[in-house]
Amino acid sequence: MKLESKVPSGPIAQKWDKHRFDMKLVNPANKRKFKVLVVGTGLAGSSAAASLAELGYQVEVFCVQDSPRRAHSIAAQGGINAAKNYPNDGDSVWRLFYDTVKGGDFRSREANVYRLAQVSNSIIDQCAAQGVPFAREYGGTLSNRSFGGAQVSRTFYARGQTGQQLLLGAYSALMRQVGAGTVKMHVRREMLDLVVVDGAARGVVVRDLTTGALERHAGDAVLLCTGGYGNVFYLSTNANASNVTAAWRAYKRGAAFANPCFTQIHPTCIPVSGDHQSKLTLMSESLRNDGRVWVPKTKGDPRPAPQIPEDERDYYLERKYPAFGNLVPRDIASRAAKQMIDDGRGVGKTGLSVYLDFADAIKRVGEDKVREKYGNLFDMYHHITDENPYHTPMRIYPAVHYAMGGLWVDYNLMTTIPGLFCLGEANFSDHGANRLGASALMQGLADGYFVIPYTIGGYLGATKLPKVTTDHDAFKEAEASSWERTKRLLAIKGRRTPQDLHRELGKVMWNDVGMARSAASLGDAIRKIPEIRAEFWKNVSVTASNEEFNQTLERAGRVADFLEFGELLAKDALAREESCGGHFRVEHQTADGEAERDDEKFTHVAAWEYKGEGKEPVRHQEPLVYENIHVATRSYA
Amino acid sequence: MADKNEQTMNLTLKVWRQKGPQEPGRLVEYKVTGVSPDMSFLEMLDVLNEQLVSRGEDAVAFDHDCREGICGMCSLMIDGRAHGPDSAATTCQLHMRRYKDGDTVVIEPFRAKGFPVVKDLVVDRSAFDRIMMAGGFVSVGTGAACDANSILVPKEKADKAMDAAACIGCGACVAACPNAAAMLFVAAKVSQYALLPQGQAERDRRALAMRKAMDAEGFGHCTNEYECEAACPKEIKVSNIARLNREFLRAAVSAD
Ligand SMILES: Cc1cc2nc3c(=O)[nH]c(=O)nc-3n(C[C@H](O)[C@H](O)[C@H](O)COP(=O)(O)OP(=O)(O)OC[C@H]3O[C@@H](n4cnc5c(N)ncnc54)[C@H](O)[C@@H]3O)c2cc1C
Ligand code: FES
Repeated sequence: MKLESKVPSGPIAQKWDKHRFDMKLVNPANKRKFKVLVVGTGLAGSSAAASLAELGYQVEVFCVQDSPRRAHSIAAQGGINAAKNYPNDGDSVWRLFYDTVKGGDFRSREANVYRLAQVSNSIIDQCAAQGVPFAREYGGTLSNRSFGGAQVSRTFYARGQTGQQLLLGAYSALMRQVGAGTVKMHVRREMLDLVVVDGAARGVVVRDLTTGALERHAGDAVLLCTGGYGNVFYLSTNANASNVTAAWRAYKRGAAFANPCFTQIHPTCIPVSGDHQSKLTLMSESLRNDGRVWVPKTKGDPRPAPQIPEDERDYYLERKYPAFGNLVPRDIASRAAKQMIDDGRGVGKTGLSVYLDFADAIKRVGEDKVREKYGNLFDMYHHITDENPYHTPMRIYPAVHYAMGGLWVDYNLMTTIPGLFCLGEANFSDHGANRLGASALMQGLADGYFVIPYTIGGYLGATKLPKVTTDHDAFKEAEASSWERTKRLLAIKGRRTPQDLHRELGKVMWNDVGMARSAASLGDAIRKIPEIRAEFWKNVSVTASNEEFNQTLERAGRVADFLEFGELLAKDALAREESCGGHFRVEHQTADGEAERDDEKFTHVAAWEYKGEGKEPVRHQEPLVYENIHVATRSYA
Repeated sequence: MADKNEQTMNLTLKVWRQKGPQEPGRLVEYKVTGVSPDMSFLEMLDVLNEQLVSRGEDAVAFDHDCREGICGMCSLMIDGRAHGPDSAATTCQLHMRRYKDGDTVVIEPFRAKGFPVVKDLVVDRSAFDRIMMAGGFVSVGTGAACDANSILVPKEKADKAMDAAACIGCGACVAACPNAAAMLFVAAKVSQYALLPQGQAERDRRALAMRKAMDAEGFGHCTNEYECEAACPKEIKVSNIARLNREFLRAAVSAD
């Protein structure tokens, strides 16, 4: 397997322009002849599908929910970054680029990140023109705020529902095309396999989730926009249906999987309350603009928060990182919370949380102002915990949130399978080992609105593709293997639910492959996961039949893939003998407990190649070259 | 980790079971035990389903995804109320601390002509997508936008537009309405754009097209019952319906 990043030559600021000029164009009359299959309707999928249809391509779109509007992007709260510099506070494309590369702990590809920063401004323009109701100042201009890990105010937002509003914008653009007949929408469909013909991605096999029928769809290119794999940990801030299935099938068909061990653990989530828990709820990081994080100075302090005097509180982020205080990047804030808790200073009944306190902000600006800014988040917290955060500090704990890893893609967003592109959270591209807040929305929309419309033309214009129809043997084979698997799942008739086995996997992932990993814990995980997998294939209970709406079967299929993928994640974490970003190896830390990178050995992307059932996957490397940014120890002190 | 020491509850559920769109349905009684007050309503249904599946029985189908009140996927009529007894909350945001040991809870799907049952508690809400297709957008192609700050939107207008845009498309308004009307859903979208400068160019066309699509989907007529507002988990106001009616009138007049 060869990993060619295809980064254009020349100065970084001119690469994208130059590349756009160098790429082949597809003339308008020919675009009509190409069919593009888009899997996923989050920010990445909806924006890509709408934009490609506007250009004249035939587009078919698939999603698992009952409407494209319900993709998981809908849940994003805090905001989206852009280098507009409207507040005149020193931002620029270069600074956004620099912050994102540094925030990613120098493990992302420079040229991709630069392009992301470059197109960021067009995204805001596009969304505003669509009628996305961004927050505004009294004069009618757009409001900005600062957001986790940034010292400038570059984040645009729509209350605490930015993802919802951006997705509804992209969804409306998509629906306009569906109405115009240029996009064919297939809801409640799950992609179960990728079809590769003569080495190129030419189609998908999907299951109609209401009838169980398997369908074959052929096209000239396939775009996977299927989101992140955080649910491999069972509990995460992701929606229930978020999965790795589409990406995993592509991996098994030859797409390299990059940096699976780079998972983001978000510092501000509502703590776990019991075993029944099915998901963790994020409290937007924007709260850290006004909330102060603390724990008692004394271990096991039994007093309720208001009774702990000021000088007996440890505002540990402000103490350890005076320059950034409560706004340090996520990986750092999460790890610091873990240290406090490991030190016995966690709060709440379980001791597994820290305070996020708004008392000072309420004193400073009043409860009404705080309500105006964060009302819906406070209400959400109140609903879930039955505690009123206007009166007592919130309790928060880190939770799995985002996948920096994903399918390996080149500068054109193409995977190692020609014709298979991967966009949004599902790819690995722009966030290195740690994603900064408000940059996933930016990346999803950059990929969909402003990158793929060009790079897909570059591929289709330069490639001779034979005509392929769905009766090709490759389609038959893919469909048969999907059907085999479904039959197998239904035939086991064991005693354990898919959810129960998923929970068991999640515990191993969280305990052994979670916030802190060691060679020993990873070794344990690599031993335990195949055992759970074996138990799954022997003892899972999947009731009812294939030929109906069957959520147990859906869940079982996804869990089966997580049970394979989790092992790869652990292997990747074991092979990366350094600490960087969201990947903390306890063997590699400084004397004061900070992450210690090994730039000499690990300034590269790890891309895993599937070698077949029961065979060891092979770890390839794409070296990362920093020509524009000086690689330094990341310091927020 | 142990649940809080609070007492767990035993509940009786009466759940609508219906194998498929064409099959007859009926209420089936189930007992669920060990329900913690910290569980969400959907987690309580998870418990029921895990019990059913480990006994080899078919799980109760219900739609859900984000489980935090934003995707609009969850639904359910709980004791006759769309999204259950709490105001301004979706079913996934309802917590079991609302109930007490020994309670009986009746769980049915959202019912409306425009929302046929798929299975059990799952309904088909694709009519909403088709209404959106008819006009729920601003026609601006990718790349055709001007600098965002060249469109000034007064803060009050932006806030009002956001209030309307908060709709999650769950369909509770339809399920709660005695006429199964979809006016609140349509009004929210039409209002968002009518309030914003970006929506002006297609204002009349949009109002007429979305209404036409709404009627074609078989939704009923609004007779000002206000049940929609009461059921809306996002507190979308019926004043949007008044605006929608003004938009229809405006459009009809200017079409002359
Ligand atoms: C609670 C929360 C808050 C967040 N807040 C922010 C924020 O403030 N700012 C920010 O920048 N980022 C935020 N993020 C991250 C960001 O929301 C996501 O990374 C981003 O929206 C992912 O978009 P996507 O288009 O890649 O995928 P998704 O939105 O996850 O969409 C995936 C799509 O793929 C489909 N799909 C998946 N598998 C299959 C399959 N097998 N077959 C067919 N279809 C499939 C799904 O149906 C869906 O349509 C947040 C994330 C969470 C969880
Ligand atoms: S599951 Fe998303 S709103 Fe309830």
